[in-house]
Amino acid sequence: MNHHEAVLHVRGEARFVDDEPTPAGTLHAAVVTSPTAHGRLLGIDAGEAERLPGVRAILTCRDVPGKNQVGTIIPDEPLLAEAAVHYLGQPVALVVADSDAQARRAARAVHVPVEPLPPEFDARAANARGELIFPQRTFARGDVDSAWAACAVVVAGRAETGAQEHVYLETQGAVAIPGEGGTLRLLSATQAPTAVQRVVAGVLGVPMHRVEVEVRRLGGGFGGKEDQATPWAGLAALGAWCTGRPVKLVLRRQEDMRWTGKRHPYSSDFRIGLDRDGRILAYEVFFYQNAGATADLSPAILERTLFHATNAYFIPHVRATAASCRTNLPSNTAFRGFGGPQAMFVLEAAIARAAAEMGLEPAEIQRRNLLREGEEFPYGMRMASSALTRCWTEAETRYDLPAIRRRAAEFNDAHRLEKQGVAVMPVCFGISFTNTVLNQAGALVHVHTDGSVSVSTGAVEMGQGTAPKLRQVAAATLGIDPERVRIDSTSTSRVASTSPTAASTGPDMNGHATRLAGEAILARLREVAARRLAVADAATIGIRAGQVHVLGRPAGFSWAELVGAAYAERVSLSAHAHYATPRIHFDKATGRGEPFAYHACGVAIVEATVDVLRGECRIDAVRVVHDAGHSIDPLVDRGQVEGGLLQGIGWMTMEEVLHLPSGGVATDTLTTYKVPDLYAAPDEVEVHFLEPGGEPAGIMGAKAVGEPPLMYGIGAFFAVHAAIRAARPGTDTHFVAPLSAERILAALSEPS
Amino acid sequence: MGAPTTRFLLNRDEVRVDLPAGTVLLDVLRRERGLTGTKEGCREGDCGACMVLLGEPLDGVIRYRAVNSCLLPLGDAAGRHVVTIEGLRTSALSPAQRAFVEDGATQCGFCTPGFIVSLAGFLLSAPHLTVDAARDALAGNICRCTGYVSIRRALHRICAALPDRGSPGAPDRLHGLIAGGWIPEHFAEAAARLRTMGGTAVAAPAVTGPLVAGGTDLFVQRAAELLDAAPTFLSRRRELQGIRLEQAVCLIGAATTWSDLEDSPLLRGLLPGIEGHLRLAASRPIRHRATVAGNLVNASPIGDLSILLLALGTFVRLSGRGGARELPLRALFTGYKQLALQDGELVTEVGFDAPPEGAVFSFEKVSRRRHLDIASVNSAMLAVARAGRIESMSLSAGGVAPVPLHLSRASAFLAGAPLDAATLRAAMAVAQEEIAPISDVRGSAGYKRSLLGRLLTAHFLRLAPELEAGLLP
Ligand SMILES: Cc1cc2nc3c(=O)[nH]c(=O)nc-3n(C[C@H](O)[C@H](O)[C@H](O)COP(=O)(O)OP(=O)(O)OC[C@H]3O[C@@H](n4cnc5c(N)ncnc54)[C@H](O)[C@@H]3O)c2cc1C
Ligand code: FES
Ligand code: FES
Repeated sequence: MNHHEAVLHVRGEARFVDDEPTPAGTLHAAVVTSPTAHGRLLGIDAGEAERLPGVRAILTCRDVPGKNQVGTIIPDEPLLAEAAVHYLGQPVALVVADSDAQARRAARAVHVPVEPLPPEFDARAANARGELIFPQRTFARGDVDSAWAACAVVVAGRAETGAQEHVYLETQGAVAIPGEGGTLRLLSATQAPTAVQRVVAGVLGVPMHRVEVEVRRLGGGFGGKEDQATPWAGLAALGAWCTGRPVKLVLRRQEDMRWTGKRHPYSSDFRIGLDRDGRILAYEVFFYQNAGATADLSPAILERTLFHATNAYFIPHVRATAASCRTNLPSNTAFRGFGGPQAMFVLEAAIARAAAEMGLEPAEIQRRNLLREGEEFPYGMRMASSALTRCWTEAETRYDLPAIRRRAAEFNDAHRLEKQGVAVMPVCFGISFTNTVLNQAGALVHVHTDGSVSVSTGAVEMGQGTAPKLRQVAAATLGIDPERVRIDSTSTSRVASTSPTAASTGPDMNGHATRLAGEAILARLREVAARRLAVADAATIGIRAGQVHVLGRPAGFSWAELVGAAYAERVSLSAHAHYATPRIHFDKATGRGEPFAYHACGVAIVEATVDVLRGECRIDAVRVVHDAGHSIDPLVDRGQVEGGLLQGIGWMTMEEVLHLPSGGVATDTLTTYKVPDLYAAPDEVEVHFLEPGGEPAGIMGAKAVGEPPLMYGIGAFFAVHAAIRAARPGTDTHFVAPLSAERILAALSEPS
Repeated sequence: MGAPTTRFLLNRDEVRVDLPAGTVLLDVLRRERGLTGTKEGCREGDCGACMVLLGEPLDGVIRYRAVNSCLLPLGDAAGRHVVTIEGLRTSALSPAQRAFVEDGATQCGFCTPGFIVSLAGFLLSAPHLTVDAARDALAGNICRCTGYVSIRRALHRICAALPDRGSPGAPDRLHGLIAGGWIPEHFAEAAARLRTMGGTAVAAPAVTGPLVAGGTDLFVQRAAELLDAAPTFLSRRRELQGIRLEQAVCLIGAATTWSDLEDSPLLRGLLPGIEGHLRLAASRPIRHRATVAGNLVNASPIGDLSILLLALGTFVRLSGRGGARELPLRALFTGYKQLALQDGELVTEVGFDAPPEGAVFSFEKVSRRRHLDIASVNSAMLAVARAGRIESMSLSAGGVAPVPLHLSRASAFLAGAPLDAATLRAAMAVAQEEIAPISDVRGSAGYKRSLLGRLLTAHFLRLAPELEAGLLP
């Protein structure tokens, strides 16, 4: 249980970046951004702003002492714009002033003349003009082109998913505090402390050892603070460097919503072919990813889209192609699922259309094509277990899917003004960074002389429950009560060269590193105990429940005494360990390999009701069977499933990012961009964890659970879709998400 | 301009703050007082992370209500008790806090203090301590992590464990909560301390600076300007509040809050279902502050109360330099955000005839999200039909014109007409001719047109369910 953290939360004692007391004399920064989506920067007129009260500095790209660059995968993103601007909201200058009100007032007074160039906002149009972030990529298996001939049914279509704003409740922010000797300490709300450290060092032109980045916790990240926390940390750092004073930069909600990237919108074309029995023989898909102005994480996200193009199904002939299209929008970025959800939506749309064509329930097609143990993914890895098919069977029987369908059918017979729909959504998600290099982690474990333990890792706590899981791992490794263990903040000075906390891998990899460090200390302590207890073979010594045991029997020697003895013997009570996920590899040239440590999967049954008169929908119930392996913390894992699920439902049914003709974000407040509230949560959410079957998993047999549940939300779209079809049999709804009230009413009004 | 001193009780301490009265309390708490348990999530009332309790002395006791501190001007805290999450701490966790911990109702924790404060407000002030009311009390708090399922579990646990009830504000409710460890002991002394602080009960000021009622529109739209202004706080004007019936006319004070409307037995009797309609607007904490006149004077074409009151045939009473006058509500709205209101004129009261026996009152609202959202289109109907004839009909619609619109032509078309599907359908065509919706973030013009048709259908189905087959599209 997330007990320690939760107690701080409910008492209002948990501190986030903006809550940390700052040193006296801290200045505040505000950002001047481009007023135009695309154009040549004709200068920056700060004359009026400089004279306003409290203003200490107005900085532009010319003030950057090192490299004016924050792009990580591709260096295509300046910290502050140079000659051109590529999206409305792109940082152009930084104002540093005594108060944030003064800084913001001055930022508004900076004039940024731009000679406008024609902007492009549409991914397909950008692709047509050859505006790609990098060359398009294809994953293929079999022979799609000749497979169509063997198909009894072939359908094609288009599917679109919209952007999704993260709405982490804590907005982006950082505090930069200059130290002696040209050092800088940063408190940053980032999922990637090392990336911030590297970029800030580059911006300042100093070695990385002069920059320390510390993260206590995030008020939500969801991917939005993986790459996109970096610019704000970089700007705070620049302000502090140039003024010699601590500088705080925390975005207001509206700034955050206007300037930062979202989940990538995708527009895709699909074609699917099946035999008479509903077996999928061939699937071809082209994904147009709207990347926004710069690369950011788009290449990695696009790659995961391709990995998950076939989701939970075995399809012999596949060709999936994806183009990352450059447009004049804020760069889109990581968001829970990382390109996977967009891919899975398209295939579900294809299945729904094929089912309509064949007069089958989509679930029939889904079930017949579910990946079985030993079957191969298009990228050459094998399905290592039967977990997916077991999840399906378990969901079908535990929740009595036929009865659910019967109830919906009866309801639909009895009601004219409301119709219900049911959809099943299987998910199979690969766990590991698809960029193999990132699959490494470090941990530093200290046993203090009083027997208390502190653990530092590269993992950032953002509500996903990494801290309680690491506490469990450390305690289990050392054989002590978790109450003795404290998880420290994440700091680049304690654990360096870390990977972002992302791809659901945080507890896994950092847990292994923690285990390895704990084991190193344990080995030394065993030797000490063996000497003290005059036991010949240290291997017979174990620690359980804070007591030393020899051959499984308590030896009357406590953990605290053992630690004291080790210190007295001048034995090290600290260890650092490194973990690299074994086996995984992927050959980008052939598109084949073993890119994932394992797959996490599950099945959700979603029930929805549509108000046929008003076009409103309600997600009534979601019943899930999820494979979390041997859950380390079932309460945390349940929370991940429930939370991810509702985010997915929001993405599919109500959250919609709209733009102004200028390219500015029209839905730039929580008044106009709606995320699910307490009332929007389904009345019934059941989560059952699959009995583990001994297949590959992560630390302590547990499986990562952060991202996969989001994709159950896709079932909400198709449940509503089914309800619309119950109201208007024969309507072929467009596969455009979110399926908002407006789109539902349009579908209900279409002539059938 | 030297800032005035504002004195109030903040948690356990009497404090003085020398900042402009238009400073939002959130900034006072976080920046001046270092009370960072109160979070900033949006600064516009839409997330609930900034929730505090505002306690107003009323007839010897304090009425506590959860309010959004990002929209609460400092001046409105004067002489009152403000309680933040820090002021809810006791040495042990309260049963509510324990339920949140044990049910896993926190993940990142950024939203959590807001939820705990809203819950305390519910415990202190809800007329009925039901799970349903608890859910509504918390529905103004957004959580992006948990999916609310664990929060709902905690709520059930809390409601099952609630102490002996007592009516809100009554000493037995307060003492029961203190005895059960739900709230700290300092609540018991607050009323007496506010009394001894004295002198801060602001005298009714002359109408000079901008009028702030609930501030729920003003501080979203014009917070920066209000910093430099010397606002007049209408929440102090008791004579502008209250709901009464006089000779079959229902009179509502201009500064009456939406939650007072919601809780009013009188209004519930006159307009059955009104509490359900009001619940569709904003959130309970916003409704604790938002006032009737604020909604009218803000003149949003989609204001829910404007639409409700238009259908009821409401008149408004105004008072200004030229004296008092009365105006039909529909004459108040003259153009987009334009009102027939003279400079400095105060709305004092609104009134409408109590609906006759057998009247059907209906309200419809469709928005992107069902709660805490502004409508795409909303509409209200007050109608009387007898023996196959429509005796009277009054329809209104929001989001379809530059002003909150009384559908006068469609209403006139139906008054006295036979109650049949063909006539009702013809009236819908009339309505389509008196509206002029525009496309915006809340929907395209075409959507709003077709939606209004659907909402009128919903009204008519309530009036004449037997006509379903003829009415449905
Ligand atoms: C999060 C949120 C959600 C909301 N949701 C809804 C919703 O669902 N539906 C809806 O209709 N509205 C909604 N609103 C808008 C708002 O709450 C209402 O319009 C409310 O009624 C405004 O009242 P107020 O007292 O807060 O007005 P204020 O902000 O205090 O004032 C608004 C205007 O009215 C003037 N004014 C106030 N009282 C008087 C008076 N007696 N005489 C003359 N002028 C006066 C003020 O000077 C100001 O110009 C929402 C607001 C927020 C912040
Ligand atoms: S900060 Fe979001 S409601 Fe006040
Ligand atoms: S726990 Fe993160 S927003 Fe609620």
